[in-house]
Amino acid sequence: MDPRDLCAEAVAGVLARPLRTALTTLGTVLGIATLVITLGVAATAGNRIVGRFDELTATAITVEVPQSEDGPLVGWDAPAELTRLRGVASAAAVAQNEGDTDLTVTANRLVDPTRVSGRNLAVVAATVDLPAAVRGRVSAGRFYDEGHVLRRDRVVVLGADAARMVGVSRLADGPAVFIGERAYSVIGILSDLGRDQALSTAVIVPPGIGADFGLKDVTRVLVNTRLGAAELIAGQLPRALSPARSGELHVITPPSPTRARDAVEGDLNGLFLILGLVSLVVGAVGIANATLVTVLERTSEIGLRRALGAARRHVAAQFLVESTLIGLTGGVIGASVGVVAVVAVAAVRQWTPVLDIAPVLAAPAAGALVGLLAGLYPALRAARMEPVDALR
Amino acid sequence: MAEPGTAEPVIRLVDVDRVFPAEPPVHALRGTSLRVAAGDYVAVNGPSGSGKSTLLNTLGLLDRPTSGRYLLDGIDTTTLPDGERTRLRGGRIGFVFQSFHLLQHRPVLENVMLAEVYRQPPTNLRKGRRARAAQALERVGMGHRADFPPNRLSGGERQRVAVARALLGRPSLLLCDEPTGNLDGHNTTLLLDLFDELREQGLTIVVSTHEDEVSSRAGRRVRIIDGVLREE
Ligand SMILES: Nc1ncnc2c1ncn2[C@@H]1O[C@H](COP(=O)(O)OP(=O)(O)O)[C@@H](O)[C@H]1O
Ligand SMILES: [Mg+2]
Repeated sequence: MDPRDLCAEAVAGVLARPLRTALTTLGTVLGIATLVITLGVAATAGNRIVGRFDELTATAITVEVPQSEDGPLVGWDAPAELTRLRGVASAAAVAQNEGDTDLTVTANRLVDPTRVSGRNLAVVAATVDLPAAVRGRVSAGRFYDEGHVLRRDRVVVLGADAARMVGVSRLADGPAVFIGERAYSVIGILSDLGRDQALSTAVIVPPGIGADFGLKDVTRVLVNTRLGAAELIAGQLPRALSPARSGELHVITPPSPTRARDAVEGDLNGLFLILGLVSLVVGAVGIANATLVTVLERTSEIGLRRALGAARRHVAAQFLVESTLIGLTGGVIGASVGVVAVVAVAAVRQWTPVLDIAPVLAAPAAGALVGLLAGLYPALRAARMEPVDALR
Repeated sequence: MAEPGTAEPVIRLVDVDRVFPAEPPVHALRGTSLRVAAGDYVAVNGPSGSGKSTLLNTLGLLDRPTSGRYLLDGIDTTTLPDGERTRLRGGRIGFVFQSFHLLQHRPVLENVMLAEVYRQPPTNLRKGRRARAAQALERVGMGHRADFPPNRLSGGERQRVAVARALLGRPSLLLCDEPTGNLDGHNTTLLLDLFDELREQGLTIVVSTHEDEVSSRAGRRVRIIDGVLREE
């Protein structure tokens, strides 16, 4: 039998009952669409989360600077040098005491003597680029500049939470805080830190002032890179910061984006994949049932074909191709519905739709396979019929 | 295999029995012997249940005898495997049934073309099949109905289409099982006229019937009663 004849006969058989064929296709459409949507939405959502990593974390590098007996590893002027590297967006050096060495900080106005206004807060020395380096915002006043640093002005900037704790909210009346015995004027409040949020509860002082509290040497360097430059910059940082003793620095780089994506995809999809597979099984049962009904209805057609010289395998092949066609159609429609749905979901959530091409191309094949398997038993029944009985 | 001095007959049935397993067993054919030469026009006459369909199914290789031998065009079919019998059936035999057996969802022309689909190469070529089917329809006077769906045709017209389908591919034997059973008198006459024409063109025809009008038009009549076949 010419394969083209086989296909033509199968197509004619499927089209002879268009409504039934359409209904039979439905189960496979649902199953395939569910699978494609699950994979597509997961990939799209995964991509979104990686995108957030890109913005917030994937460009943030921290260099820990161990304290050394043989003089400072990294100088206070290092951040200014760093910004000359291509790919560095901002950088700041920070000195902070290790462990629990918070100092008592008191606001100058004791409104209520019974109220305990003294707070134990961390005191941190930082270079003037700190607001950019922590991606924060100076919500009141200003940050100190090189002039303050050079003049060794006794000024501080409070982290937003620190300001709230010591009761400083307005800077108009020139508030001051006492750190230990000495007074320092508060010239700004730093809020909305994008990284190193712990600094929000700290009192931030210029590098020269830090020496008053034992904050002599840089302990940490915060670096922000342009998107995609983190890995490259991380490699260059130690030599740029400390050419002679670069090996002693500890560079903390952002997690790789792929790992983030895998973690997201892993836990999201199990349920929906199972749902899709169940729909596919239901679709297969539907095709099997409809094909079986068709075989029984078309008994006399089977008899006629046998009389015209069709062998058992020709009859079996016809019904197999018919059920495969139904499955294939379901796969194609289901994949299309799935792709449209993924794009629609992405559009509504303003995400970038991401869909691997492999499952979309595999979907019609999967549908065809479902149809083929579903057609096996009905095709066998059709092939087993005796022509004399079928023609009666 | 041919006996000396005579041409090989299309049908040679030797002492054929067909017993259907039942309680008690049904002897549908008993010791049936029959020779049909090329170009013969034979009517098998008998009442309902006498074994006509069983005989024609056997001749058409749709059924196997329980015992005895059946030679078609000199080929002993009783020992052939299923596949070979199917091939012989598709290549050498045309069927016409009482209930037409046309595919309702396919136009007349495609119904006729179906006869070539299961043939062996080179008689199954798609090229020219449409033209050959149209020609077969012309031969039975149905050329003007090629694109009709079968359910828009009268019974007589449907049976002509079925004859056209049986004729496609030039079979050596045309088997018609009560072809006029569903036709009125006028259409019966028209169909019998068509059989006369086909016989004149040299086709071998076996027709089963219980109507005298049909058997009287055949060149030769055999009678079957309770599975026993006799020449008239
Ligand atoms: N598959 C079968 N099983 C049992 N009995 C059958 C079967 N087919 C036919 N018969 C019996 O064989 C006899 C001959 O049947 P059939 O050849 O169809 O007669 P006709 O065509 O002359 O009416 C009938 O008695 C019928 O009941
Ligand atoms: Mg009968």
